[in-house]
Amino acid sequence: MKTRQLVRRHSGVTRLTHWINVLALSLLLMSGLQIFNAHPALYWGAKSAFDRPWLSIGAAERAGRPVGVTQLAGKRFETTGVLGWSGKPGAGRSQAFPAWATVPSWRDLAIGRRWHFFFAWLFVINGLVYLLWGLIGGHLRRDLAPSRAQLSPRHVWHEIVTHAQLKFPKGEAARRYNVLQKLSYLAVVLVLLPLMVATGLTMSPGFDAAAPWLPELFGGRQSARSIHFICASLIVLFVIVHLVMVVASGTWNNIRSMITGRYAIEVEGETA
Amino acid sequence: MSAHRRGWLKGAAASLAGLWLAACDQVSRSAQGRDVLLRAEGLTRRAQRLVLDRRALAREFSPADVSPNFRANGSINPSDADYVAHRANGFADWKLVIDGLVERPLSLSLAELRAQPARTQITRHDCVEGWSDIAKWTGARLGPLLDKAGVKREARYIVFHCADSLGGQHADGSGRYYESIDLVDAYHPQTLLAYAMNDQPLPLAHGAPVRLRVERQLGYKQAKYVMRLEAVADFAHLGGGKGGFWEDRGYEWYAGI
Repeated sequence: MKTRQLVRRHSGVTRLTHWINVLALSLLLMSGLQIFNAHPALYWGAKSAFDRPWLSIGAAERAGRPVGVTQLAGKRFETTGVLGWSGKPGAGRSQAFPAWATVPSWRDLAIGRRWHFFFAWLFVINGLVYLLWGLIGGHLRRDLAPSRAQLSPRHVWHEIVTHAQLKFPKGEAARRYNVLQKLSYLAVVLVLLPLMVATGLTMSPGFDAAAPWLPELFGGRQSARSIHFICASLIVLFVIVHLVMVVASGTWNNIRSMITGRYAIEVEGETA
Repeated sequence: MSAHRRGWLKGAAASLAGLWLAACDQVSRSAQGRDVLLRAEGLTRRAQRLVLDRRALAREFSPADVSPNFRANGSINPSDADYVAHRANGFADWKLVIDGLVERPLSLSLAELRAQPARTQITRHDCVEGWSDIAKWTGARLGPLLDKAGVKREARYIVFHCADSLGGQHADGSGRYYESIDLVDAYHPQTLLAYAMNDQPLPLAHGAPVRLRVERQLGYKQAKYVMRLEAVADFAHLGGGKGGFWEDRGYEWYAGI
């Protein structure tokens, strides 16, 4: 007989840092889009080759009407309503990202920067607490490092197939993260988020003088700005997949486990 | 999930998002909210001063890196009467004034300024908007100039008063551009009063005849059309009281990031 059992899933530190991260990353993203809107073009190298951005978002005119235009690697897309030109009918305006995606909603680089740096500090302090605790308390090694067996190509492939079918591990196997969870969480925690901090600092002319190897590492300040944007996009992609998986594998059970720490699994036999 | 429940969830998510955006805008509008957010500036400045050697140089580039079309922002052709007159006679009567909390106020012609200890550097200019350009700057080093004037002990900042009214021409001069830096940056070896750009006299759009170069900070600190340097203990009495034209309009005084 199968019974439902509540197990301790997430520690207090994981839960607290997770929700602080939700707040900080949301505001960093939206204020970051505000900052991007001040110069909606990205380049490679140390300086801006204004005639050769690899990505640019702007407005143009077609048949006397304004259209939003996004250019990516030399290809031109019309993105009216979302990118380049957006707003209520009759009150549209030229802006790379729309008002609903930026903080503040109106165009204000100065206030956008205040939000960005305030929450950058919160994000960094929160991230350091998480990483230090993860290293010392063993969360990274115990819960996130995949085992050798989990890393076998056969097992990884099996997980990819079952995830695609939205079938998730049940019972005992649900006590631990599966290998796809582990790898994606590690990639975000150890690669993407630290890259956001490093490329962000590379855009600081003050920090560049203190650490000249940083712009060197990323191929110049404008390259760092591009990588900052790409990593932010990948984090958005991660969050979308993460939310889909939360819903697909049991919305309330997942949300409760990240709030109270308790997660329900189904086990054979009587409740312990 | 039933269609009804899905619709309800969608509605709830949309209202939450709306509330979230309205809350962010409310904080952005309120004076207290803005002040709290600006506290990060002090933290950033102290942290950067902690890790950044006072004398650490901004990277210098090679002539091949120089931007072919260095973008000009802010004022590019001041229409202020004084400036127009100076420009009309090739800055022949133009004088750079250094006064305020100094022992020996100075008044230097362009030729006298060019005779001061100079430096040439090819550096990256980072606009607060996000773009970067590279140019070669030649100018008088600010440190030796300040020593010549004898900065008094109580002075903490150097204010740069400019000829252009980026904020509109008002009788009280309130639209005039100005900037300020502290003595750490003023005495930095790369801090220049630049009179040449890419081996040519400083062009009109880039601040002729003299602009500030304070590498390690963003573009809006690099005051153009500089007329007067004033050593002060405090800048609260100037302009909007925040230490610069853009600072009075919400930007950080410390523009190292």
